[in-house]
Amino acid sequence: MPSYRDLLAQVRSEIEEVDAAGAHDALLVDVRELDEWTEGRIPGAIHIPRGFLESRVEQAAPDKAQRIVLYCAAGNRSAFAAKTLEELGYDNVASLAGGYTDWKRNGFPTELPRSLDGAKRQRYSRHLLIPEVGEEGQLKLLDSRVLLIGAGGLGSPASLYLAAAGVGTLGIVDDDRVDATNLQRQIAHSTETLGDWKADSAKATIEALNPDVNVKTYKERLTSENVDRILADGWDVIVDGADNFPTRYLVNDAAVWHELPVVHGSIYRFEGQVTVFAPGGPCYRCLFPTPPPPELAPSCAEGGVLGVLPGIIGSLQASEALKLGLGIGESLAGRLLLFDALSTEFSEVTLRRDPDCPVCGEHPTITEYIDYVEFCQGRPTKGAPFEEQSSSKGITHA
Amino acid sequence: MKTVRIPPTLRNETGGERQVNAAGGTVRELLDDLMHRFPGLRTQLVEEDEIAPFVNVYVEGEDVRTLDGLDTPVYDGSTVILLPAMAGG
Repeated sequence: MPSYRDLLAQVRSEIEEVDAAGAHDALLVDVRELDEWTEGRIPGAIHIPRGFLESRVEQAAPDKAQRIVLYCAAGNRSAFAAKTLEELGYDNVASLAGGYTDWKRNGFPTELPRSLDGAKRQRYSRHLLIPEVGEEGQLKLLDSRVLLIGAGGLGSPASLYLAAAGVGTLGIVDDDRVDATNLQRQIAHSTETLGDWKADSAKATIEALNPDVNVKTYKERLTSENVDRILADGWDVIVDGADNFPTRYLVNDAAVWHELPVVHGSIYRFEGQVTVFAPGGPCYRCLFPTPPPPELAPSCAEGGVLGVLPGIIGSLQASEALKLGLGIGESLAGRLLLFDALSTEFSEVTLRRDPDCPVCGEHPTITEYIDYVEFCQGRPTKGAPFEEQSSSKGITHA
Repeated sequence: MKTVRIPPTLRNETGGERQVNAAGGTVRELLDDLMHRFPGLRTQLVEEDEIAPFVNVYVEGEDVRTLDGLDTPVYDGSTVILLPAMAGG
């Protein structure tokens, strides 16, 4: 019966061992235990404890021809691990001689992995259980920054779900105050915050829900004059829940020029539209090059909206924003999702980039901010005025 | 017969109907049939004999502007979606 020493010597003779230079360009797999991993690791390495190696490696490294270098503390456990991977059909595997100890002693770079503390581990446990999110994904969300345009019907559910999910920084742009007509659907506000700035009211609700979230409020209307300043605060994703065309075209143009994705939602009565305008197009102007004449485009304030509808559409926006933050799944880019609450039907149409788009096309003709209010008042129309026409009034957020 | 989905902002013109049948082999014929029966739709769908720039018309999920425009064929059983922009939030 061979001893441990005999077995180790035999395994080491059967596998490839490399030094630090040999680890270059390989997938580094740290096979140590969790407590060792949390005290420091080789940058870029992934962690699969030796006990889970067989069950997890195929998900982490589906290509069995891929170069893999395994390491542990001293190079013994990783030698056995290399042998195991060869038995699983991996044919380009090596063990790092001397392990993490020699790596560190020789002055090669190391890093302390970031990890969630106990309270966060508990709060986000249902995310941590999903392989597509996990601790790494949750840390990404905590680092991510989402700017919400409007804290109204769409912005309320979107901001609350993003906050609950642990998006670390939320910006809220809204120049409106809470009034009683909002409370039928704008669930970030309450009877107690009537009269308050919506941005402040939403911030208080978010902070009560999740103190991990840093909320930055902008109690101002988004305009051509302030949009660059607000975007300069650094955002990963914009969630557009504005309630008027001038703001929507402004958000679009700014996002195209700043190369930011926009999660777009809009609602009216029983119907909603959701999509993602990603850098590279198609953009909002590819979808709707021209705003409708005001009398043909009543707002929710004029035509009404089913209270729960923004809950559905705003939640879809939050879902899209989370996927963008995590870098997972298929976004709605290139697809416009339509929802009809009366028939409970979703349908989808294709969006294509318009090569002649004045903003994201091949020869853009609009290259700086314009007067969006004037643009949306548009040309005189020959149409009969819409029954619920109003719209000589200025723009407002929902 | 083809089915045309009427968006909420145009339903005043169709007596509140959310979906109507229309006859025709192309988008042009279909819209002509619709506008003949619901004359109030004309100013909201058409400008200078073209689809108004603020309305999109989809046949089987594709914007007809990326197909053959008003001459895009529409087959029996196809669903046509009229979609104006909405800004509510």
